[in-house]
Amino acid sequence: MAETSAEPLLKLESVHTHIGPYHILHGLNCEVPAGELTMLLGRNGAGKTTTLRTIMGLWQASSGSIRFDGRNITTLPTPDIARSGIAYVPESMAIFSDLTVRENIVLAARSGPVDTARLDWMLGLFPALKRFWNLPAGNLSGGQKQMLAIARAIAEPRRLLLVDEPTKGLAPVMVRSMIEAFRALKAAGETILLVEQNFHAASQLGDNVIVMEDGLVVHSGTMSDLVADKVLQRRLLGLSLDAHQ
Amino acid sequence: MSDVAADAANPPLLPRSRTDWLPLILVPVLALAVLPLIGDVSSWVTLTIAGLAMGMMIFLMASGLTLVFGLMDIINFGHGVFISLGAYATLLVLGPLAGWASANSVALNLALLLLCIVVAMVLTGLVGAVFERVIVRPVYGNHLKQILVTMGGLIVTEQAIHAIWGASPIPIPLPETLRGAFVLGDIVMERYRVVAIGIGLLVFAAMQLLLNRTRIGLLIRAGVENPEMVEALGYRIRRLFVSVFVAGSALAGLGGVMWAFYRQTLTAGMGMEVMVLVFIVIIIGGLGSVGGCFVGSVLVALVANYVGFLAPKLALISNILVMALVLIWRPQGLFPVARR
Repeated sequence: MAETSAEPLLKLESVHTHIGPYHILHGLNCEVPAGELTMLLGRNGAGKTTTLRTIMGLWQASSGSIRFDGRNITTLPTPDIARSGIAYVPESMAIFSDLTVRENIVLAARSGPVDTARLDWMLGLFPALKRFWNLPAGNLSGGQKQMLAIARAIAEPRRLLLVDEPTKGLAPVMVRSMIEAFRALKAAGETILLVEQNFHAASQLGDNVIVMEDGLVVHSGTMSDLVADKVLQRRLLGLSLDAHQ
Repeated sequence: MSDVAADAANPPLLPRSRTDWLPLILVPVLALAVLPLIGDVSSWVTLTIAGLAMGMMIFLMASGLTLVFGLMDIINFGHGVFISLGAYATLLVLGPLAGWASANSVALNLALLLLCIVVAMVLTGLVGAVFERVIVRPVYGNHLKQILVTMGGLIVTEQAIHAIWGASPIPIPLPETLRGAFVLGDIVMERYRVVAIGIGLLVFAAMQLLLNRTRIGLLIRAGVENPEMVEALGYRIRRLFVSVFVAGSALAGLGGVMWAFYRQTLTAGMGMEVMVLVFIVIIIGGLGSVGGCFVGSVLVALVANYVGFLAPKLALISNILVMALVLIWRPQGLFPVARR
């Protein structure tokens, strides 16, 4: 893990996850420091999405431990994990298409009406949402849906954001928009664990990086170290940053 | 945010609003289209009122099932038993308050109907809670087992009704002032049917308010679409499941009371008998859609009445015909819910 003095907010130790007959995570060990953006990289099928879903309790870990802020959340049901302060943006975005943009946000603010200042901040990050506020979310474009999914995750202060491939399938201009939004979230002090296939985008955002392969962590360190080491990039990801640009 | 990003985030055109008027227009268009075929306005009004009343009763019986199906993905073949139980619950009120039914007082008669509804909803809600816990919960996620187990639950509960109230049909009296008809010129409107329309509209309005104006309604709508994400937002969907199942059972109980007074005879199998209709309207409406269930119920009932009048031999297949035509037009139903 990165050379950092920050106490890890999230810590996974020897986590194994099975989905039906398949053994996906094979004793995963990793940490997410507070206040930093940690990128989770790896090829397709490496177990990145499974890791996020296991943290959220959507798939139960078969063994190992997941500690969040010192508390063992390994066997907690998903709603309790969310209530402990973890927000999740799945790869599918999972916005509620039949609900309006406003209703999606209202629902995400569990404790009551969304704080006005927070709402202004959120809509400053994603101004498109303001324009489509009272329209069904199903009418939004792919990029706008992604914005809504992230806005929903930050509708209330959360201690950790788990975001799964937010730039997947988006036009380059929308990817840049996303990168800026995550920069703003970082600047606001959010702790983020971000799964990303786009190494170019990842390299611009990450403080730390975890690389997975076959359900195991094969590398962890600072993003700046990985960006500087082309050989390591090729070995871990199959391509160097140059190829992504 | 940069200019580029801001441009990307603010496309020049708003997406088209998705308000879908076509299925809503379908019912009045159909009703007006058959007017020349029927020829006589008074017969048309009588048939239409009767169809609307029947539609409201079907809606009351089906609305709970569509929510249960949509939210919980449960195929509850036992839903009919809550209709029967609701109907039999009227006996618990009619026994001690028989005088209210025979009294020539609108207030007493309506109070009796209201009391029957309350007792039926409480009873079916309670039985629904037990049914969910004992029969449905062990088979979440397995449709085949759900069909088998809920059918089993239906048979057991029907036999329990036989054991408690006997196997013979039981006649029940329609409250005095709800008998007969309002006559306006040549137009005849049965009083009880008008009351059924009123109660159906009231329940539909209440459900729309609940689903669209309250947080619990938002949760139900979101849960119908993506229960996993609702949990990931921190809501305990299991509790919502139980609440919706209980509410769905209570609504079936309410439908059972209305159906019982309409038929004026109770049989343990009366709920099961209408289940084909109930399944047809929730499929036509779009699984999980209360609005779709409402439009589907009215559509099916009106078509049944009009066809019964115009071509009685076709009446038996009119429901299936409506379902086939709607599904050819909209395979996901009139108001498809996003996930389904």
